[in-house]
Amino acid sequence: MTEINGPEGPEQPAGNTPDEAAVGPRRVVGTPPPAQARALLVRPEDEEKAPDRELPSEPDDLILAKKAEKLVASLFILAMLAGFGFIAAYIGLEVHSLDAVLRSNLALGLSMAVAFLALGAGAVIWVRHLMPEVELTEARKPLRSSPEDKAAFKETFTEGADASQFVKRPILRRTLIAATVPVAVAPIVLLRDMGPLPGTSLRHTAWRKGTRLVQAVTGVPVLATDFVTPGGILTVVPEGTLSDDEELAKSTVLLIKLRPEQLEKPTVMNWTVNGTVAYSKICTHLGCPAALYEQTTHHILCPCHQSTFDAARGAAVIFGPAARPLPQLPITTDSEGYLVAQSDFHEPVGPSFWERG
Amino acid sequence: MRWITARRRHPAAGYAVVLLMLVALGGGYAFLTGSGAAAAPVSGPSSATIAKGADLFARNCATCHGLDAQGTSVAPSLIGVGAAAVDFQVSTGRMPAKQNDAENARKPLAPDFAGEDGPANIRAVADYIQSLAGGPPIPTPAQVSTEGADVGRGQELFIENCAACHNFVGAGGALTYGKYAPALNQSTPAEIYEAMLTGPEAMPNFSDSTLTPQSKRDIIAYVTQKSSENNPGGFSLGRIGPVTEGLVAFLGILFAVILSAMWIVAKQHGKTTR
Amino acid sequence: MSIERGLEGVGTWLDDRFHGAKGLRTFFRKIFPDHWTFLLGEIALYSFVILLLTGTFLTFFFQPSMTSVTYHGSYVPLHGVRMSEAYASTLNISFDVRGGLLMRQIHHWAADLFMAAIFAHMLRIFFTGAYRKPREVNWLIGIVLLTLGLLEGLFGYSLPDDLLSGAGLRILEGVLQSIPVVGTYLAYFLFGGPFPGHDIVPRLYILHVLLIPGLILALVTAHLFIMFHQKHTQMPGPGRTDRNVVGAPMYPYFMAKTGAFFFFIFGVLALAATFAQINPVWLYGPYTPIAMSAGSQPDFYMGMLEGALRVMVPWEWNVAGHTFSFNVFLPALVPLGAIFTLAALWPFLEQWITGDRREHHVNDRPRNAPTRTALGIAVVTFYGILWAEGANDILADHFAVPLYLTTRIAQVTMFVGPVVAYFLTKRICLGLQRKDAHLLEHGVETGIIRQLPNGEYIEETRPVSEEKRAALVFRSKPPGLPSSGEEDENGVPAPEMRGALGKVRARLYNIVTESVELEPSHGNGHGDGHGNGHGADHAPAAVTSGEPTGTGSGTGEGDQHGP
Repeated sequence: MTEINGPEGPEQPAGNTPDEAAVGPRRVVGTPPPAQARALLVRPEDEEKAPDRELPSEPDDLILAKKAEKLVASLFILAMLAGFGFIAAYIGLEVHSLDAVLRSNLALGLSMAVAFLALGAGAVIWVRHLMPEVELTEARKPLRSSPEDKAAFKETFTEGADASQFVKRPILRRTLIAATVPVAVAPIVLLRDMGPLPGTSLRHTAWRKGTRLVQAVTGVPVLATDFVTPGGILTVVPEGTLSDDEELAKSTVLLIKLRPEQLEKPTVMNWTVNGTVAYSKICTHLGCPAALYEQTTHHILCPCHQSTFDAARGAAVIFGPAARPLPQLPITTDSEGYLVAQSDFHEPVGPSFWERG
Repeated sequence: MRWITARRRHPAAGYAVVLLMLVALGGGYAFLTGSGAAAAPVSGPSSATIAKGADLFARNCATCHGLDAQGTSVAPSLIGVGAAAVDFQVSTGRMPAKQNDAENARKPLAPDFAGEDGPANIRAVADYIQSLAGGPPIPTPAQVSTEGADVGRGQELFIENCAACHNFVGAGGALTYGKYAPALNQSTPAEIYEAMLTGPEAMPNFSDSTLTPQSKRDIIAYVTQKSSENNPGGFSLGRIGPVTEGLVAFLGILFAVILSAMWIVAKQHGKTTR
Repeated sequence: MSIERGLEGVGTWLDDRFHGAKGLRTFFRKIFPDHWTFLLGEIALYSFVILLLTGTFLTFFFQPSMTSVTYHGSYVPLHGVRMSEAYASTLNISFDVRGGLLMRQIHHWAADLFMAAIFAHMLRIFFTGAYRKPREVNWLIGIVLLTLGLLEGLFGYSLPDDLLSGAGLRILEGVLQSIPVVGTYLAYFLFGGPFPGHDIVPRLYILHVLLIPGLILALVTAHLFIMFHQKHTQMPGPGRTDRNVVGAPMYPYFMAKTGAFFFFIFGVLALAATFAQINPVWLYGPYTPIAMSAGSQPDFYMGMLEGALRVMVPWEWNVAGHTFSFNVFLPALVPLGAIFTLAALWPFLEQWITGDRREHHVNDRPRNAPTRTALGIAVVTFYGILWAEGANDILADHFAVPLYLTTRIAQVTMFVGPVVAYFLTKRICLGLQRKDAHLLEHGVETGIIRQLPNGEYIEETRPVSEEKRAALVFRSKPPGLPSSGEEDENGVPAPEMRGALGKVRARLYNIVTESVELEPSHGNGHGDGHGNGHGADHAPAAVTSGEPTGTGSGTGEGDQHGP
């Protein structure tokens, strides 16, 4: 059996190309760097000991070290006090109100910060002024393995491959691979029940013929005669969906009051009520509520990516990444004068999707 | 003085001078620009006040809005806007406008409307405009009082109706073509009510028949609560979200940590040699 | 001594069981080179540790549930408001758990610092060429870690289910939905049905506290182990070569320094969590699909994607009943995807172009690799412009720039900017190289003015210090490529330089290795010093076909075919 070389094995250089054969020492112990090096302090009495030590035992400047020691010690004591302060603040300061939380956060955070920073600062001063400065050199072992090692590995590997019969018996190999295929695929299959199939749910909302438009949050239905001031807007949802988030994410509508003469094509006039027009609030770009409305320009602006729609012209896109206008909801008034939908939207609302058409 | 001149060549001297100048400039600017105060008018209209209002209107507003408030090419008609709109615009200093900007910002009040006579004068102009063709009147103190208001409901209403332009807590936001929705931290309850009611400039209006007075009071309670609320987590960084947080993460935290890294690895007898 | 007794006691006990003496000694004596830029990765590492610690605390109190509740806790302004349990528990942590707000804020600041440090670290690795052999795999691991970090952060800040992060989830859902063929299925499977559903927060929770941290932990371990095994790179300097590593040993120096750094990072984060409020979800309010706030942005590391979405033109195709939403999936996939792909391929691309397959353990100074640096800055510029566009409404508001103009500016500068940046950076690098050459040749100015007998004033110079000289002189010159014009005696170009690809490679080689020579040019030393780092520009060797009358139809020894 071939002897596998240990880490003390024969030296092969890293080299730029495999053929270079430079030889370097493995470890240069305590050698100062050339020219203006920060030399290791070697006092005459230590001369005899020097060859045995890799690291000097004392820093260069002992007076500075003494001062540094005092500084580091006081920093550590500060850290300790701050640490105790943290615990005291935790025990002593209550929360449960904005002011109390402010006090508590300030006390806990400050004491923690002081503790850690003092600890860190002390440790750094310790390293820099209390530990003797050294600069040592270590040779890099070549990353490439020696040819003997590589040959030995190849031998072991091929012997094992032979013994395993894996290469010599293709039927075994192929059937093994075939066996693992469903095992690999099964975890993906298991994810099927993570959600229902979309089906047609993206194409419809809760709006139906006669569904009343009610104000979001309050749930109060909207009388056409209440909503008459040009330049007014209102967020409305189908009656009964106030706490149905999934439906709200599709059905929310922006009700806008314009002067009738302001409305132009492609706004569908039959779907408006005396200058009041209803558009889906769900932006056709990525579904954020397009909730910004400028009265003077009658532009609807979505704050997410600045898609802009013209409310007087069928919510046509006039700027931004949205590719389609906001769908218009057909509205009318019912017998009591409340605003109601004539039907669902005539197209899917919200962001585009593959099956949208 | 010798202390300073002795250190004139200190490595940090340049930075110190720049810092000093920045502070002086910033402080001077802040000191010199004041902020306007809002007025709370009280008495009812009389023909005398209407006449005074017409007079003030002619002096301050007619150049842009027309002698009969009918509007010109640079300013809209004020017929029918109501006293509330006038009160809002003038008491926040937005009107009289000095320039034809995309947006009229809150600024110090014009001489006629500042000082002791200011509130009365504003009231007069408001009455005059109201007398032309009516419109939303100035809300009474009771109408804008937030006593008993539901701040939680105000939060929901504000988020649904107002946050898209004014941001979650009313820190303001950009609109198109140089317009913007201003921050609300300086707004009084009356101003907020009037703004909702009249829809100044690009802001849509919310009539009392749809956004009821109680809903409006809830919203006002929310806004004033947020303006006065402390920030338990430290400085608020503008309350505009992750943008300023990201800046602080890079320019503050990463920078500070890198400075400490430089200290840790610095050579002990530390002058770098060239 | 007590050290000796300790070693006798505990040390022997452990060694009896684990055979540790030799390995531990090697470990202790390992040399770590020192430069502050080497600590950038440590910032990310320790931020991650702090994330784990604070995150564990948070998991004890957070409820990953979207069940609707009405709030009546300590934060009075939200009394009576309907919200998810996740949001309510976040309010609970902030206002009803001592130290809760502090832990939340440290956690979020640490996440921001983690990502910022990864960016800084990645850029350092790139600009110093530390991704070169043998560290390509570590570079790839790093890119995967960056991606995992992005996802981890995104999922993490979406857990409280507040208005801001909920909007981000809505955008995520919209992006998924837009993917051709499988989009709606992916969206419905991730969200457990139509948006918002009740499943997304608990699912993101398990990804955020278990799956992704586990992956990150495993990859970080591999990342560190590889670095350890291959030894860290070092900056050029006296005595530093590709065959050694110069610095201080692990024990006790590096251990102490790295420990100190950990405390610094923790301390700075604690300071930030005390004085800088982050993610104040009580101000944002609970998520509702009917409302949105102005100035909504994701956390900064997602900002570039956000900017890409904003800058895109409205391009959509409707074909045969199907919709291709280019306006969505192009910005979502292409810019960041291109950058990551280019980054992943770059070490191999550079190897192919320069033919440099040597090991590199000494870092390049960025100026000594002008094309690489310029390319990197160009990519950073591209990234930065889209990143700024992500905050365009905030910038528009605060700097009084019209909103649409910001987008128009971004649409133009995202293409023009990188080109200009490339050009400028390359010129700057070459200029700095000239300055270095000048310094080496003429020495350092001392500030001592001397008057010559003829009245002229000169400034004395001294030669550059040894240390600096070593740093200036070090270059990793790429091996020359066989020139495409150079053909062997049979007229056949070198194999790797043949054909169109070979010509492309030759041209790229010239561009990538363009550099200023250090050797002073002959004469007055003020030559333009601008040489190309390759020696390929000489006339092709004369091709002899053996016959003086070579008309191409020569016979016999004239026609020599290559081997």
